[in-house]
Amino acid sequence: MSGCSDCNSCGSAAVLPFPGAKAAPKAVALIGPPNSGKTTLFNRLTGLRQKVANFPGVTVEQHTGLVELADGRSLQVIDLPGVYSLVPRSEDERIAHDVLRGLREDSPKPEAVLLVLDSTNLGRHLMLAAPILSLGLPTLVILNMADDLRSRGGQLDLKALSAQLGAPVALVSARQGEGIGQVLDFLAGAMPKPAPKELPILQDVRKCRAWAGEVGSQAHYRAPIPPRWTRRLDALFLHPVAGPLVFVAVVVALFQTIFSIADPSQDAVDWLVRISAGWVKLVLPDSLFRSLLLDGVWKGVGSVVVFLPQILLLFLFIGILEDSGYLARAALIADRTMARVGLQGKSFIPLLSAHACAVPAIMSTRTIENRRDRFATILIAPLMTCSARFQVYSLIIAAFLPNRHLLGALLSARTAAMIGLYVLGFAMAVATAKVLKSSILKSGRTPFLLEMPSYRWPTVQSLGLRLYDRAKVFLYRAGTVILLVSVILWMAENVPTKHGKMPPIQESLAGTVGHTIEPAIRPLGLNWQVGIGLITAVFARETMIATLATLYGTEPDTKSLDLQKALRHDLTPAGAVALLIFFAFAMQCISTIAVVRRETGGWKWPALQFVYMSVLAYAGAFLAFHLLS
Amino acid sequence: MQLSINSGIDGSRPEGFSATLVDLDRGDAAILDRIDLPGEDARRLMELGFLPGATITAGRSAPGGDPQVFQVDGSEIALRRETARRLKIRRAPARGTRERM
Repeated sequence: MSGCSDCNSCGSAAVLPFPGAKAAPKAVALIGPPNSGKTTLFNRLTGLRQKVANFPGVTVEQHTGLVELADGRSLQVIDLPGVYSLVPRSEDERIAHDVLRGLREDSPKPEAVLLVLDSTNLGRHLMLAAPILSLGLPTLVILNMADDLRSRGGQLDLKALSAQLGAPVALVSARQGEGIGQVLDFLAGAMPKPAPKELPILQDVRKCRAWAGEVGSQAHYRAPIPPRWTRRLDALFLHPVAGPLVFVAVVVALFQTIFSIADPSQDAVDWLVRISAGWVKLVLPDSLFRSLLLDGVWKGVGSVVVFLPQILLLFLFIGILEDSGYLARAALIADRTMARVGLQGKSFIPLLSAHACAVPAIMSTRTIENRRDRFATILIAPLMTCSARFQVYSLIIAAFLPNRHLLGALLSARTAAMIGLYVLGFAMAVATAKVLKSSILKSGRTPFLLEMPSYRWPTVQSLGLRLYDRAKVFLYRAGTVILLVSVILWMAENVPTKHGKMPPIQESLAGTVGHTIEPAIRPLGLNWQVGIGLITAVFARETMIATLATLYGTEPDTKSLDLQKALRHDLTPAGAVALLIFFAFAMQCISTIAVVRRETGGWKWPALQFVYMSVLAYAGAFLAFHLLS
Repeated sequence: MQLSINSGIDGSRPEGFSATLVDLDRGDAAILDRIDLPGEDARRLMELGFLPGATITAGRSAPGGDPQVFQVDGSEIALRRETARRLKIRRAPARGTRERM
C-alpha cells in the first residue's frame, strides 16, 4: 500500500459538528508534519500544565497538556509525533494513526483534531490534510508561521481554503501568539464550520501532492519567496571555510561559557546553602537530629544543588542552538566526520546534548531512522561528559590543580584539564562506535535525509519551559535519590553507637563496608571513602560528591577541612587521575540504564553497555594509576 | 545501439549514463526523472518533495561537498552523495531557476 492516505472504507470527509452545540471535547489531538511548529503551539496552548510519559510498550513519547478555555473548562491536548503521512510504517506513524482512531487503550480517543501545517510550505504540508480530514473528526486546520508567510510576501484566501477542505482554517503564529484565540474558539465549539466536503481517496504520494497543489491553487495560495535571512546565514554557516570555523567556535564557546560564567553563580548557590545551614544551626539545639540535617542533608544535597546554574546554562545553550535551526547545519557539517566512524550527522545532535545529560540525548536518538545507527548512538552517548560527570571533575580538578593561566587569560590549567577529559570521553565514544559499526551493528544503506529548517529566533517561552523541566528533574533527583543516599549514609556512619555516642568512623557501618571493598579499589590508588562514593555513584554520579562531603564532614581528621582539602589530604595525584578516568568511562547512572532499556526494548543492550563501560573504567583507572605512580 | 555519447545533462544520453543530482553545481536546477532506490526509501524521499517531475535546485553543501542541500518543493533537504547519485534527472532549465509551489 502506498500513498498519503491510510485508505480504508471512508472516501469522504464529512466534518461532523461537536456532539452538543456548546459542548467542548474532552481530549483533542495535535498533529502535524515535522518542522511545522507543532511543539511551539503545544507550549503556547498548555504552558506549564504539561506531562511527558511514554506510550506503554513503544519508544514514542506521549506529551499531554491541559488547555484552559475562556469559560473555565479545561481539555486535554495530546501532542502526537511529527509525521508526514498516516500510513502506519514507522513507530511514530503507527502511534499517530492508532491514537487518532481511538485504538489505544492508554490514550483517550480524541474528539477533535488540531492539524498544524507550515503556511510557508503549504503545498507539501497540505498532503497530510487528506488522511486527517478523512478520519471524520472535527478538525481545525491551523496554518502556522503566519508572520513568516506575510514578511516573505506569501498569501492565500482562507475562506476558499476552508471551503476546499470542508474544515475551518485558522492562520496562526504560535511563536508570537497570533491567532491563538481562534484555536481556543474552535476548542470551545464556537467556531463556524463550513459545509462538509467530499475528499478523494489518494493512493500514492504523487496523486496526493497533485491534490494538495490543486487545493492550494484554488485557495489562491502564493508561496512566499525563499527566506532571505536563512540564505544569508547559510552563506556563512555552510561556507566551505567559515562554516567549520563557526562550528568549532560554537562548541568551544559553549564549554568556555559554562566553565567561566558558571563559577560565580555556583558561589552564589553555595553561599545560600551555607547561610541556610547557619540558620539551622542557630534555630536547633545541638542534637542527633541537627547533626542529621547539617551533616547529612545540608552537606549532601547542598553539594549537588550548587551545580544547578551550570546545568541550566548548558541546556539553555543547546536549546538556543536547536530552536534557532543551527543544530541542523551542525549535523550537516558533522556528517562526514561521523560517517568515518560509521555514524551519521543526525547522531551529532544526541551526542552533543549528551554533554548535558545522556537521558534526553538517548531519547532524542529517535530522529535517526536507521535502527543500527540509532543503537550505536545510544550505546556511545553515555561516554560523553555529562553534567553529572562535570560536577565530579570540577571537584577533583579544583582540589588537585592550581588555577594557573596557560595561554594568557584565555585558558586556565583547570579548563585545559576539563577539556582533556571531554576529549577523552569523546575519543572513547568514537573508538567504541567504530568497533560497533564494523561488527555487531554494521548497517546497510538507508538514505540520510536531513531537513534544513529556516532560521528563527528562539522564543523566551520555549527556552523557559525547557529550563523549567530540567530544573524540576534535577531538583527532584536532589530531593529524592540524593537526599535518601545522604541520610542512609549519615546513619551508616552513626551505627553501631558506642556508649550512646557516634562511633569512630573506622568502626561504623560505613567504615566497615568501605574497608571490605577497599582491596578491590586499592589497585586504583583509591581509599575506602572514595570506594563508598563509587558505590553510591551507581545511582547517579553526582551522589559521589554528596557522599564524600558527608563522609569527610564527620571524620575528626578532616572535619575542619573543606572537601577539596580533605581529598588532597587522602589521595595521591595519581589516584586522583585514576578516579577521573574511572568516572570518564563508568556507566554510573540508574536513569541512563533505565532509558536505554526502554529505548532498546530489553535488557540485552543496557547489560552489554554496563559491563563494557565498567571494564573500561576499571582497566583505564588501573593503567593510569600504575603509569603515574 | 547509439554510439555517440552526448555529454551535458540534456536527457539525450542513453540509459545507464543518465545524469543524477550529483552532477548539478550549486544554483543549477533540474527536473527529477526517477528515483533508483527501494520502495520504502523512495517513498520517504517523495514525501519530502522528491517527486518525479519536481524541479530540484542544488544548494550549499557541507565542507567537501558531501552531504549537499537541495531545494525542492519549498524545503531544503540535505542528501549524501551516495543517495543523490540515485536520483536521476532529466534536463536542466535555465540556471538559477527557483522552484515554485
